Amino acid sequence: MLLKMSSKMSSSTNMANARRMVQQLRVEASIERIKVSKASADLMRYCGEHAKQDPLLMGIPASENPFKDKKPCTIL
Amino acid sequence: MKRKCSCKRHIFCLGLFCFIYILFFKMLCGPGERYLPRKMAAQEVQPSETIAKLKLESETLKTKLEEERAKLHDVELHQVAEKVEPLGQFVMKTRRTLKGHGNKVLCMDWCKDKRRIVSSSQDGKVIVWDAFTTNKEHAVTMPCTWVMACAYAPSGCAVACGGLDNKCSVYPLSLDKNENLAAKKKSVAMHTNYLSACSFTNSDMQILTSSGDGTCALWDVESGQLLQSFHGHAADVLCLDLAPSETGNTFVSGGCDKKANVWDMRTGQCIQSFETHESDINSVRYYPSGDAFASGSDDATCRLYDLRADREVAIYSKESIIFGASSVDFSLSGRLLFGGYNDYTINVWDVLKGTRVAILFGHENRVSTLRVSPDGTAFCSGSWDHTLRVWA
Repeated sequence: MLLKMSSKMSSSTNMANARRMVQQLRVEASIERIKVSKASADLMRYCGEHAKQDPLLMGIPASENPFKDKKPCTIL
Repeated sequence: MKRKCSCKRHIFCLGLFCFIYILFFKMLCGPGERYLPRKMAAQEVQPSETIAKLKLESETLKTKLEEERAKLHDVELHQVAEKVEPLGQFVMKTRRTLKGHGNKVLCMDWCKDKRRIVSSSQDGKVIVWDAFTTNKEHAVTMPCTWVMACAYAPSGCAVACGGLDNKCSVYPLSLDKNENLAAKKKSVAMHTNYLSACSFTNSDMQILTSSGDGTCALWDVESGQLLQSFHGHAADVLCLDLAPSETGNTFVSGGCDKKANVWDMRTGQCIQSFETHESDINSVRYYPSGDAFASGSDDATCRLYDLRADREVAIYSKESIIFGASSVDFSLSGRLLFGGYNDYTINVWDVLKGTRVAILFGHENRVSTLRVSPDGTAFCSGSWDHTLRVWA
């Protein structure tokens, strides 16, 4: 009888897991999605709008970048 | 004809019925489950039948999810990006080398002041550097080795770190160089396996952690109380990233189960899940707008997932790249994706077109961590060669 009880216990854990998975999938299936074309266009637009302020993309002059070594003064 | 005694049989059946009734009651009235005695008594359902039904429903839901996602897959990102101007040549060099760790550098983070960096290594040391001057400002020795996670507090006044000690500890940084930082240490998070990543939320008051025990957790720094836990990964969680503040209370985590999960911080619910990588996901990072995130994996690819389209929209890979990507980060505009790899290189990808625009050499062992500075002027990489390099 103990064997029967323990197998019934593990099947109840399996059931809890299965129930949780179904619940999770229901949540995921119910979200609203947009087309990849629209999502891509938005990503592109964001890149375009912020490109000018991206130092690594645009490359900023050495004088403005604290990490770049400033060129020695040519006069000296 | 002998009449069988119906009383005995009735009593026996009643007893058996009561036994089954009690058995079901004990099984199904687990924590948090509501029990309806009338319903159970009427159905007398076997547990195995219900499991089969649930499994069938989950298979149906999975197929439905795939169909829904496929319906909206009308074009590829790189096709839409064909009309974008291609990027020119990139010249990025090592501008600073931070030497001082005695062993593999495992993690690093920038301070919001754009010049300080905290890094942690296998030998248990956590060092705070001034990246402009390469001076070490603070050093702490942790009681454990393999400090796999470290993070700078938004205020710049504290750092958090942890690793094989299964904990995340916060050290307030004092201006007095002679003060023993270890004395002021505060243990915040407790997991049942190694700490793989940690991050402060928008304030110094809360920390988000991920662990080898398969969970993520949100903690209150002051009291050490667990505020929310996040269950859903089937194996070690290796990385996490918080959504940019404008987009609300979510974060993404990646794990050894090849899944990247997006979580709601308030409810603990997993709201989206992506499983297209073929191996462990070592690093996840949100796109600056918060609408997408990138991931780097042991399968030698980096991928971009769009949250609103609910699918993978780009893969960054080359046949010549066969080593895993350990760490990824975006440039400020999101146009560039920097990936640190286990073959000692850093690959720079054009996020929109999917092509590689530069390959950076310099480290003498695997690149384990990589972060772009808060103002986007440089990025820092840490490596198993014991050094950190700042590139610009």
